[in-house]
Amino acid sequence: MSAPATSERAATTRTRLDPAEVPAGLPRWAYLPAVGGGLFVVLPLVAMGTRVDWSNYGGLVTSESARSALALSLQTATASTLLCLVLGIPMALVLARGRFPGQHLLRSLVLVPLVLPPVVGGVALLSTFGRRGLLGESMEVLGLQIAFSTTAVVLAQSFVALPFLVVSLEGSLRTAGERYDVVAASLGASPATVLRRVTLPLVWPGLVSGTVLAFARALGEFGATITFAGSLQGVTRTLPLEVYLQRETDPDAAVALSLLLVAVAVVVIAATHHRGAGGAAR
Amino acid sequence: MTAALPRRTTRATAALAVAASAAVALTACSTGSAATSDGEVDTTLTVFAAASLTAAFDETAADFEADHPGVDVRLSLAGSSSLVAQIQQGAPADVVATADTATMNTLVADDLVDAPEPFATNTLEIVVPPGNPTGIANLQDLTDPGLNLVVCAPEVPCGAATTAVVDHAGLTLQPVSEEQSVTDVLGKVTAGEADAGLVYVTDVARAGDRVEGVAFDESAAAVNTYPIAMVDRSGQTPDQADLAQQFVDAVLSPDGQAVLADLGFAAP
Amino acid sequence: MTFELTATVPSRGLDVRLDVAAGRTLALLGPNGAGKSTALGLAAGTLRPHDGAITLDGRTLAGARDGRRTAWIAPHRRRVALLAQDPMLFPHLSVRENIAFGPRAQGTTRREAAARADRWLDAIDLADLADRRPAALSGGQAQRVAIARSLAAAPRLLLLDEPMAALDVDVTPALRQTLQHLLAEQTTILATHDVLDALLLADEVAVVDGGRVVERGPTAEVLSRPRSAFAASIAGLNLLSGTWTSDGVATAGGEVVHGHGAPDVALGVAMTAVCRPAAVAVHLDAPHGSPRNTFRATVRSLAPHGDLVRVRTDRLAADVTPGSVAELGLAPGREVWLAVKAAEVDVYPV
Repeated sequence: MSAPATSERAATTRTRLDPAEVPAGLPRWAYLPAVGGGLFVVLPLVAMGTRVDWSNYGGLVTSESARSALALSLQTATASTLLCLVLGIPMALVLARGRFPGQHLLRSLVLVPLVLPPVVGGVALLSTFGRRGLLGESMEVLGLQIAFSTTAVVLAQSFVALPFLVVSLEGSLRTAGERYDVVAASLGASPATVLRRVTLPLVWPGLVSGTVLAFARALGEFGATITFAGSLQGVTRTLPLEVYLQRETDPDAAVALSLLLVAVAVVVIAATHHRGAGGAAR
Repeated sequence: MTAALPRRTTRATAALAVAASAAVALTACSTGSAATSDGEVDTTLTVFAAASLTAAFDETAADFEADHPGVDVRLSLAGSSSLVAQIQQGAPADVVATADTATMNTLVADDLVDAPEPFATNTLEIVVPPGNPTGIANLQDLTDPGLNLVVCAPEVPCGAATTAVVDHAGLTLQPVSEEQSVTDVLGKVTAGEADAGLVYVTDVARAGDRVEGVAFDESAAAVNTYPIAMVDRSGQTPDQADLAQQFVDAVLSPDGQAVLADLGFAAP
Repeated sequence: MTFELTATVPSRGLDVRLDVAAGRTLALLGPNGAGKSTALGLAAGTLRPHDGAITLDGRTLAGARDGRRTAWIAPHRRRVALLAQDPMLFPHLSVRENIAFGPRAQGTTRREAAARADRWLDAIDLADLADRRPAALSGGQAQRVAIARSLAAAPRLLLLDEPMAALDVDVTPALRQTLQHLLAEQTTILATHDVLDALLLADEVAVVDGGRVVERGPTAEVLSRPRSAFAASIAGLNLLSGTWTSDGVATAGGEVVHGHGAPDVALGVAMTAVCRPAAVAVHLDAPHGSPRNTFRATVRSLAPHGDLVRVRTDRLAADVTPGSVAELGLAPGREVWLAVKAAEVDVYPV
């Protein structure tokens, strides 16, 4: 009787402000650093906005190089996100549900790209897929060259973005637990059916937020890309690389493009966060 | 309870204030002159130099410090356009040396420096992996479409030079990557990812055995001139202004020029 | 026999042998941690036996010899449905979709599965809640839906693990009735620590304690004539063991318990004497009078028991009125005399 009622109430608190509720465990002094932290995040973005040459903004962000960088960024980030989903969902499942030796070690290893400087990631990818890399040499024989190609951009982005998806989804899977899966199996559902009809719907919010994080991380990827993929307009020069390059000659264009990147990120997060919250409420 | 709260707030504010003043003090130390513990006055001279001058200016600065006891030369090394942007934002530089005249001219236009003097030149060279496996002999060879060629992006100085040279020769290159900096070009060749690249003579010299250089005639079309100048900045002591002039002179002196020549630079 | 389980799980200290005939309900009675859930896990396929075999309708669901698997059928192919203490309704599906889940998973068309779900909703009297989300149901409603969901999957064996434990006391009678009705033809194993569940729902009872089946038989028999202390305690009976003498049941402590009637058994046979706590009278002084069983005892605890107070001692439990408790000044540690009429004591061979 009480359990459903509580969860319902919890759902309402999340969305609506209840004037009767008194926050607990929130010392008053916490507001000061919290506001400071908020400003620390927001102020630079606002400051950047004040530096934009608004009269020429349209021209700056619609130049051929800017459009091609934006298009490439969106394409590669989408491809990377898809690759992350294809590899990351099974990884999260195996880490959360599987039982095998070395599981803890594997979980820690998956997190490595998260804490690694992206440039190091680029160097690591070079040592793997580069022409003199571990796999690169055999791939060269097969006529496959990854370095300096759009594929390299996607690999670099996926490398840094994958942990975001895996960590987020694995956390959700652990929170959801296996009990629903056990019930579904006892009702005759095969593991694939359980995954499709029970497990994934239950972790939907975690999957959505993991996907958004992975996409955002892929969109912002710079270090690994410039190290591993190079920089060529329309092929490997994504928006962050374009911003960095434009700084050299046209700081106005760099600021304008930066703002564009912020806008894209905000739109993606806002759109999916909204949908993710909807999924959670279902 | 209620009395304790304001007191705690005050303590937190005090802590913040201490942190803030410490930060200010640190900044102050790095720029001006400060009395050291033994009472001797140390003068700091801040030199902004293009990244390609790293080795040369390290040596010149060491010599300069040896000749001027009590003077501490701080080198800030970055891409020329970054240096210019920093000085425009008020970074406390006493001397600036860039890798091309165009970037220096923006500082002249802003009245931040006067009378830059050329002190070195640099030209492009083809860089290939040791043994030159693809047998590159001249600029024409770089147009081979099967070649993994890496150059600087036209937006950065070495890329501008590349464009000038290639245009002058009437050729069209199809690079697989247009890198952000000359270091990135060199890195792609040393890593074996690229078959060839276009970098400065000094970069080939710096990379040692890991690469080979192939000189080509057309490089004369883009001779890169390195200018050096004193920066007019507020808060500079007469001492520092004087030392800045002495440092510029040191770079231009025969000794300074010899250091540069050792590293592959040509005289202006 | 349609279901047979003989298994050991050393990691959980379990060593049991169970069987259920087709259409019958077996109650696993035992305290928490006795191994009931482990036994159900073996049947459902969430646990593997170390040794033993589990068969259902002639199919070997799982087999193992000394830790090495000899047979294994995946949980979803067993036709064994598991319903736990929490209803565990899928929160993202409506009530109807929850019930239709089993049929859908087994390949029934969407339409047919929905129709089947609606029939089950009628059976549990919740047709008007078909389109609700589980979060909008009360605890009792949710558990009824969960039962319907389990049965809609047409299991050959239904496992119920403490199905009433998480519910308010005022909704459990209704749910017991629903279950009594629905489980009539269903082969079921019901794990519970509540004797009422066993009495009303089960044909047979297996008492599990410390990972072993300590007693087993028809429900009425086990509960009225318990042979183990545990079965007696859950049946709410006092139990004294001893051997038959010409006079009565002689306990290890040297007392002789007189019982009702004279069973036709040989001298020296192991016997059990059983009486209800309500038949035990409490006195401060040694009682006088006709054939009585009297015991010297120390009060251990007092607890409400319906309208009466259950007085637990180091010997027997007694149910007395609150008035008597006050009058006698009963409190833990108090020395008392317990008296039971011979007519109130059942004696039978173990």
